[in-house]
Amino acid sequence: MGNTLLFFTFAVVVVGTALGMVLSRNSIYSALFLVLNFATVALLYVQLGAPFIAMAQVTVYAGAIMVLFLFVIMLLGAEQLTEQEPLPGQRIAALALGGVFITAATVSIVLRAGPLAPLPAPAAGFASPLDVGMTLFTRYTLPFEATSAILLVAMVGAIVLTRVDRPRTPGAGQKE
Amino acid sequence: MAPLYYYIGLSVIMFTIGMLGVLLRRNAIVIFMSLELMFNAANLAFIAFSRHYQNMNGQMFVFFVMTVAAAEVAVGLALMVTIFRTRRSIDVDQINSMKG
Amino acid sequence: MLFQETIANPAFGLVPWVVFFPLVGLVLNLLFGRRLGEVFTGTVAVLASGAAFVVSVLLALGLAAHPEPVVVPFLEWLRIGDFAANWDFRVDTLSVTMMLVVSGVGTLIHIYATRYMHADVRHNGDPGRYRRFFVYFSLFILAMMILVTANNYLMLFVGWEGVGLCSYLLIGFWFEKGEDGIGNAKAAKKAFVVNRIGDFGLLVAMFTMFWAFGSLDFDAVLAAAPAAAPGVLLVITLLMLLGVTGKSAQIPLFVWLPDAMAGPTPVSALIHAATMVTAGVYLVARSAPMFNAVPAAQAAVMWVGAITALFAATIALGQNDIKKVLAYSTISQLGFMVAAVGMGAYVAGMFHLITHAFFKALLFLSAGSVILGMEHGEEAGHAKGHGHAEHADQGDHGGLDPQDMRNMGGLRRRMPVTFLVYLVGSLALAGVAPLSGFFSKDEILVAASRSNFIVLGVLLLAAFFTAFYVGRQLMLVFFGRERTPAAERAVESPALITVPLIVLALLAAVGGALNLPGSHLLETWLEHTLGAGEPAEFILPLAGVALGVALLGLFLGWLIYRRPFQREPLERTGPLFRAFNRKWWVDEAYHALVVRPYNGISRFLAGDFDMGFIDTVANGAGVLVRRLSGWWGVLQNGFVRTYALMVVVGVVSIMLYLALR
Repeated sequence: MGNTLLFFTFAVVVVGTALGMVLSRNSIYSALFLVLNFATVALLYVQLGAPFIAMAQVTVYAGAIMVLFLFVIMLLGAEQLTEQEPLPGQRIAALALGGVFITAATVSIVLRAGPLAPLPAPAAGFASPLDVGMTLFTRYTLPFEATSAILLVAMVGAIVLTRVDRPRTPGAGQKE
Repeated sequence: MAPLYYYIGLSVIMFTIGMLGVLLRRNAIVIFMSLELMFNAANLAFIAFSRHYQNMNGQMFVFFVMTVAAAEVAVGLALMVTIFRTRRSIDVDQINSMKG
Repeated sequence: MLFQETIANPAFGLVPWVVFFPLVGLVLNLLFGRRLGEVFTGTVAVLASGAAFVVSVLLALGLAAHPEPVVVPFLEWLRIGDFAANWDFRVDTLSVTMMLVVSGVGTLIHIYATRYMHADVRHNGDPGRYRRFFVYFSLFILAMMILVTANNYLMLFVGWEGVGLCSYLLIGFWFEKGEDGIGNAKAAKKAFVVNRIGDFGLLVAMFTMFWAFGSLDFDAVLAAAPAAAPGVLLVITLLMLLGVTGKSAQIPLFVWLPDAMAGPTPVSALIHAATMVTAGVYLVARSAPMFNAVPAAQAAVMWVGAITALFAATIALGQNDIKKVLAYSTISQLGFMVAAVGMGAYVAGMFHLITHAFFKALLFLSAGSVILGMEHGEEAGHAKGHGHAEHADQGDHGGLDPQDMRNMGGLRRRMPVTFLVYLVGSLALAGVAPLSGFFSKDEILVAASRSNFIVLGVLLLAAFFTAFYVGRQLMLVFFGRERTPAAERAVESPALITVPLIVLALLAAVGGALNLPGSHLLETWLEHTLGAGEPAEFILPLAGVALGVALLGLFLGWLIYRRPFQREPLERTGPLFRAFNRKWWVDEAYHALVVRPYNGISRFLAGDFDMGFIDTVANGAGVLVRRLSGWWGVLQNGFVRTYALMVVVGVVSIMLYLALR
């Protein structure tokens, strides 16, 4: 029972921070809300018995990615855009679609699910670092290596994209 | 322990909020963050199902989603910096030069 | 009769190389020719052709020991149900004979061309085309080898089309030159189009063959032919005859060959005299059992050949361009060969094919040497006149045409070697004993005397005209007084040109030894492929008449043209000479009967039908689509968020489907 209570506490925080992120006019606030959101989701991961993923969530998402976001926001300035919606019907259509989506998802997933049995207790050693490592480096070796290639390409791409093209002057290459 | 569908329901709500963020906000960075929120919603569902079925595959998937998302953020933010440099704005409605 | 072993004799395994040596040469020249220069290009092309000749000789030696036909499998090409067409190489006495002629004469012409094209590309102002010429030349040898080594009609057709393509490319080698700057291109196009008509005949013949026999392999088709319905065979053979008239320039499709002289002279010698145009003769000889089974088709072939022989010989008499005379002479001589194979005298036809390859290649190459000498003489004159003269366009050097025989005369003293070899070739062509042409033509006449006396008369008359125009040409070009300053300054060509000429002159002189009456060397050689026929006997009175006719023609030529003249002496014959000179108005007739109606139909189809009807339909469809896309184009408003909205619409639809399922 305490567990369920904990879930609802987290859920309220998650939904609240998500809404805050979307609704904040200032993008710095949005980013900070998202950090909080990610951290709370990480707590949900812990509750679900996925400590490794929870740690990854905190370090990668809440740490690295969000810091990157904040950097960019500071670099570009927290631009405040006007309130008004330039696209006619976009707001109504979006809200309607969102409503239909939630309803449809609720109908198809939750209501058809049968009895709301609590989640079973995990087996001993499930999702332990040993378990994660064994799975990752046996069955998922190839995708794992592929992600390294993806990250490398992304890194190169980011550098290429942000590089400022200066007119080539003799000796400029050696100086930098 | 809470039932599986609590988590799935939370995931659906998170996803919808992210979706609305993408559709309604004009600030490209906020749109980006909304996308991350949607990723997280999906991840949460994965983890919940992983626990439910006592199967590691879901967790592995989340791991890969995270790495790919990291790559995507790096490239996406670089794009945004470049766009801002040329257009002096990150309003996505301004980026419509590909209009047919 | 046939034994199909992979390799009976190690030499036979080499047979694919007759195709692949030229291919290697071609690729080498294509890749490195530009960088490594003319000497490299020429050497590679000559070596490629020469290597093919060496292989042909080895094959001939192998066959001399085991004369039975051999099929060397190479590649499975097509297999559709029961039908199979493979790329196999057929080695028998007939194909090896053709290989020897193609690669042997081809190599000599290659050697000649290395020097001739050196001068030609400079004269025409684009030295970069030297490499292109030899690439085309190697390609031609390759295609011709595919044609003669084929073991089925389909592969033969591949070669047939390949040589046609090379012919087109080489006729139009100086495509931006000629009359109005498009003359050569038009000549190439004409050759291509006229040849397509003939190819259509061959193609339909193959379809019929497949329908009747279910196979295109020589052995299968020819074995089944005698038992087949005569009507079917008649259709096949007559359609083949259409192909022959196209490729071997017979009536009614001969009109392309005279125009084909727009190509450089080695091309005329190799393709349009010695090898490609004889493909039709080869085709008939190859299909001998089929033609033997239908006498009507044989008669048609014979008459086409005989009439062409006479017709073209008369036209040759009225031409003034040195190469045009030779072109019509080629048509006429091809007529002799076609008439021979039509009479069932395949050996005589092949014999004449070989000797003709020698002396006609010789004549063309010597004519090229004469043209070079004239051009040189003319340029020397210009250089004397006003410094260094630039020659951008062919046929526009102060109005003097270096190919016009009326501008020549007296070249005997200026170009002694060329004169001597030209004399040998001319006398061989005229049929003066004991040169090669005498013996081969005599065999055809003997065969004619056995089958049809009218044909014999026609051929004898053609032989008379042949000697006549040969005499006229000799007098105009080499004897008398120089009629232009260019002729006065003409110089002998260098050794690279004269040496192949001398070799060819020797061959033209002694080529008759191949099938001397009494020895019948070629007869016994080809018997293994063509079956035993009656060997042509030597009929002394007939030979005497033939020789007499030849000498009479030559004498007449000498008599008429021995003195300097202002006007063409033959013009005194009035309309007859005009008919000869204007080629019996064949081109004009074709233009009126075929080209003009065709253009009319084309104009109707292009104007009223295409622009009027089809375009309305097509434009209507376009307008419709544009209007429709205008409505949907609203969605493409360029706003990313609208696109995202559309994606979400899709997602929500899927969710709805899942929910309401």
